[in-house]
Amino acid sequence: MSEREVLELLRENARYSTADIARMTDLEEDEVEAAIEELEATGVVCGYQAVVDWDKLEDERVRAEVELNVRLDRETGYDDISQRLARFPQVKALRLVSGDYDFDMEVEGDSIREVSQFISEKVAPVPEITQTVTHYVMTSYKENGIELGDGEDDERLSFSP
Amino acid sequence: MTFELSDRVQTVPPSGIRRFFEIAEERDDVISLGVGEPDFATPWAARDAAITSLEQGKTSYTANRGRRDLREAIADYVADRFDLGYDPDEEIIVTAGASEAVDLAFRAFVDPGDTVAIAQPSYISYEPGVIFAGGEVLPVPTYEEDDFRLTVEGLEEAGADEADMLVLCYPNNPTGAIMPAEDLEPIAEFAREHDLTVLSDEIYAELTYDGEHTSIASFEGMRERTIVFNGFSKAHAMTGLRLGYALGPADAIAAMNKIHQYTMLSAPTTAQYAALEALDSCENDVREMVSQYDRRRQFVLSRFREIGMDVFEAKGAFYCFPEVPEGFTAEEFAEEVLREQGVAVVPGDVFGAGGDGHLRISYATGLDDLREALARIEAFVDEHA
Ligand SMILES: Cc1ncc(COP(=O)(O)O)c(C=O)c1O
Repeated sequence: MSEREVLELLRENARYSTADIARMTDLEEDEVEAAIEELEATGVVCGYQAVVDWDKLEDERVRAEVELNVRLDRETGYDDISQRLARFPQVKALRLVSGDYDFDMEVEGDSIREVSQFISEKVAPVPEITQTVTHYVMTSYKENGIELGDGEDDERLSFSP
Repeated sequence: MTFELSDRVQTVPPSGIRRFFEIAEERDDVISLGVGEPDFATPWAARDAAITSLEQGKTSYTANRGRRDLREAIADYVADRFDLGYDPDEEIIVTAGASEAVDLAFRAFVDPGDTVAIAQPSYISYEPGVIFAGGEVLPVPTYEEDDFRLTVEGLEEAGADEADMLVLCYPNNPTGAIMPAEDLEPIAEFAREHDLTVLSDEIYAELTYDGEHTSIASFEGMRERTIVFNGFSKAHAMTGLRLGYALGPADAIAAMNKIHQYTMLSAPTTAQYAALEALDSCENDVREMVSQYDRRRQFVLSRFREIGMDVFEAKGAFYCFPEVPEGFTAEEFAEEVLREQGVAVVPGDVFGAGGDGHLRISYATGLDDLREALARIEAFVDEHA
């Protein structure tokens, strides 16, 4: 139970200190540390990353959502194809999905050219892949549950009854 | 020409919060722990229902007592959550905030000269409400050593056995105290024995972190002498929509409705649609907000202990009530910490008897701001105490 609570708080903000998490959950600090270690050891928590609003940065960062259709045969399954694709560092996320296409792939690069080249030279030629549809991300409004853009000001009065 | 103000208006002093508000206005880096309202937006489904009702042009008055479907939903909700049975046709009135309901009750039940006992510290509007209605206030202090719970001894000491009416507010603004069933039982007995009408403001009922909320109206023989107030401002984060309600015996609600129909006509229509949706489908949103408040509560309590300020273990609402360190009055502390550190807190004195020497800290503020505000309070205490 406490592990679950710690997990929720880490998802909210992975940079909460163990001391802060202990204060919020009424656990001891070493209990929080143990819970986090357990979550990491069992692979429930696989890593920690920053949620970035790239629009706020000068550097261009190009991202695309790519729909992939594949044809399976007796020797090749979804897992085989996914393994091959997931190894590319350009691929930030890869999911098998239900619906009109099979895989949903997030790709990142420094330029549209780089991303396009990656898709046409590395992804499309994979023999099982029958079709790719690339959607370039134009603006991101929400990432990992966090709304991007200017935080709204608190318009409440500083004192109220 | 100057207006000749009524004695009633002149008797009521200006709000104790006003002066602090002016100081806060001078700075632009103030973190406010002085707010008595949620920092969350109204759950989206409720907002959407309000928008849809506007799009459909539903902007006329409703029935005086509020839409019938909303009253039914309220009846189901209080039955389900608090084990209270009220008839939507005769025993419920929907008002413009719990504030209006409280005012209606004072005007409907208080005659000039009547005595209204108020368990304090408590929400600041009861006392003026009684005075505006021509009644007299009898403060019944509660104390930190009793966990700010009201006791029969406290009632007797204050002379509440002679009063006509008793006002309760649990979970309490400003202390965060709650009254579990076993503590309410003797109070209920006292009210029956001394024939007191009870006004029970339960607007923070959902925000109870330790056990379940019990309403005093659920005790034997209490329903017939109690008016329960509740509303959507706190648990459903709907302060600006102005929607509350009162529950009580048919004749009492009819009397309140008599005033309401001439002064307010009906509660805001748009807000009634939002409220209906809030009761229908926003239970999970409420639960999520409550769990966020609970985490912040534990965080704030634990930080005050680290800072070395004695703090009462608040178990309800979204306030905690630490003691100011020696050498300060609550007013001085609140003013200095606002001027020097830009942290807005409310001195306990404004909430009446028993509140002095304390600060009301609201944790209806995001964790990052809470962390920063408490660091600033810590710096202030390290320097001065
Ligand atoms: C105890 C209490 N009752 C009533 C209110 C006012 O509620 P409403 O917004 O429903 O008028 C408040 C607001 O701070 C409160 O703290």
